[in-house]
Amino acid sequence: MERIEEQIVVNSLHGLHARPAALLVQIASKFDSRVLLEKDGEIVDGKSIIAILSLGVNKGAGVKLIVEGIDARQALNEIKAFLTQNND
Amino acid sequence: MIKLKGIGASGGVGIAKALLLGREELTIPKTKILHEDISREIYRLEEALIETRKEISLLQKKILQDLGFDHAKIFEAHLLVLEDRVLIEDIIQQIKMKKVNVEHAFSQSIKKYVDTLLKLDDEYLRERVIDIEDVSRRVLKKLLKKENVSSHDFKEKVIIVAHDLSPSQTASLPKENIVGFVSDVGGRTSHTSIIARSLGIPAVVGVEVATQHIKSGEKIIIDGSDGSVIVSPNEKILKDYQRKLLRITKGSKTIHVSKLKACTKDSREVIVSANVELPEELALAHEFGAEGIGLYRTEYMFLGRQTLPLEEEQFRAYSNVAKKIKPYSVIIRTIDIGGDKFLSQPQVPTEMSPFLGWRAIRFCLARPDIFKGQLRAILRASAEGNVKIMFPMISGIEELREAKKVLEECKKELKKEGKAFDEKISVGTMIEVPSAALTADVLAKESDFFSIGTNDLIQYSLAIDRANEKVAYLYEPGHPAVLKLIKSVIEIAHENNIWVGMCGEMAGEPLFAFLSLGLELDEFSMPPPYVPRIKELIKHVTFEEARVVAERALSLSTAKEVEQCLQEALKSFLKDDFERIVNI
Repeated sequence: MERIEEQIVVNSLHGLHARPAALLVQIASKFDSRVLLEKDGEIVDGKSIIAILSLGVNKGAGVKLIVEGIDARQALNEIKAFLTQNND
Repeated sequence: MIKLKGIGASGGVGIAKALLLGREELTIPKTKILHEDISREIYRLEEALIETRKEISLLQKKILQDLGFDHAKIFEAHLLVLEDRVLIEDIIQQIKMKKVNVEHAFSQSIKKYVDTLLKLDDEYLRERVIDIEDVSRRVLKKLLKKENVSSHDFKEKVIIVAHDLSPSQTASLPKENIVGFVSDVGGRTSHTSIIARSLGIPAVVGVEVATQHIKSGEKIIIDGSDGSVIVSPNEKILKDYQRKLLRITKGSKTIHVSKLKACTKDSREVIVSANVELPEELALAHEFGAEGIGLYRTEYMFLGRQTLPLEEEQFRAYSNVAKKIKPYSVIIRTIDIGGDKFLSQPQVPTEMSPFLGWRAIRFCLARPDIFKGQLRAILRASAEGNVKIMFPMISGIEELREAKKVLEECKKELKKEGKAFDEKISVGTMIEVPSAALTADVLAKESDFFSIGTNDLIQYSLAIDRANEKVAYLYEPGHPAVLKLIKSVIEIAHENNIWVGMCGEMAGEPLFAFLSLGLELDEFSMPPPYVPRIKELIKHVTFEEARVVAERALSLSTAKEVEQCLQEALKSFLKDDFERIVNI
């Protein structure tokens, strides 16, 4: 089972609020892999909207993506693409 | 009788008994459970989540059908909360470890997350908190076997009064019997206001004390155009509003007339256009047959928010209006509120007489950063080819010149940046301060048109604060002083070959619209529902009659005599149609 980590910078206009967070949950939930987000030492489940919201990620914030599972590589690529593009 | 004031969030008048919707506090019992009950509690949780999910999906479908995709999106986050793994896991852990009932575990978990979100102190997240609380109340009600408000509470027409109406509450109410919404909190752009407008139900929000002063079953009146709420009205006020309500409903019944041009029997053509503030009202303007927007208010974009709207956001809004109103045109009025209304503004001291204070063009000229952003956005929207601009509260030529200078600067900037705009955009002056009316000859030479703002013109000319009940009776549109000012403004404008519109309430009042027609007014702008009535009036009279009557009215010495003269004249011209057109 693969485990990959990557530090990224969130680029969506309002950070990970409301709609971007909801979209992130939808993308992450497509994969079998566990998806975790780490910011300032706090780690949350990337498939939980409440957890993502409570992380309080603003535009330009650095977040570590941790993905673990059989489709980890693909999951990481898609989530990274989503978080780093300006999708508003 | 009590009068309350809020923010008019959706136009129209509603008269009915109040129905208070409880933010009844749900009492959450806390009980210890036995080890063997754990699986039963978890099962109850799953069942409640599934039931709530069904309920929200149904709601979402209904909203999608009634109001479209944008509104249905509100519920996406609701659904995600229901299937949130972290939340559900947290609740199950509490049930297992602490051996507590599911209701308690559920409300504790929700509270934990809500508290975290509130601490983040972020406008977006606070809205999410409302969503989460909204959905959690639904789940708790399922667990506690409480019914939602059901249709048996709505046997007669009611006005819903609540501290706060959540989007899902608003959407799930049976619309047929609701003639209005009132809430303590909220602004023009909150979800509830948007939904109310899309449904065409009057709404007043941000009343602050509505739920303290209104009891279920009391008769109340709400006016969504000015934000008034009147509790237990007296006979006179009730009659006044019943008439207003009839006018509005009647407006919609004469729609077939409204598609025709406003032309007198002796072929004088005038323009009947609409006053509009919110984007949703554009559809109404169209539906009632308005020939363009004679007054587009832009204040809503600046109110109730912490940050100023970006030029880009304003540009999109203005150019959207311009596109939608084609082939007609839209007159955009620059910001017409006091500096103290800006949340983003450092504390502005409260003024003794705000109507004579730091507002409208005075505020704009003092804050070129805000003013220029708006002017640039309007200019860019003018690339559509049908945008005009007007400045409010001009009191003399210097203010007009200064405002036009800033406009020219913006044009230069845009040219440099290679952005498109209408180089010949019409620039109008609002005539609402007596000093502007009295120097109309000077202003006309540097304006492309005039628009008479009668509400303020009357207030300033007669020194009457309409909001003060003790003197409100002195607010008389028919006062000879007011009529003389209007007559001279129109004459001077025409001598200088510019056209004149009127965008105050007088333009939508049959008696005064008739008088203004006789004074050769070119454009009449009013709330959309009044358009059909005024069009019908104009089609039933001749310009020649109107001129003769206007001349007679101008020779009278009191407002009462003027009104009587106009009444009698219209009665004789309209005959059987008089009651129908004028006197509702």
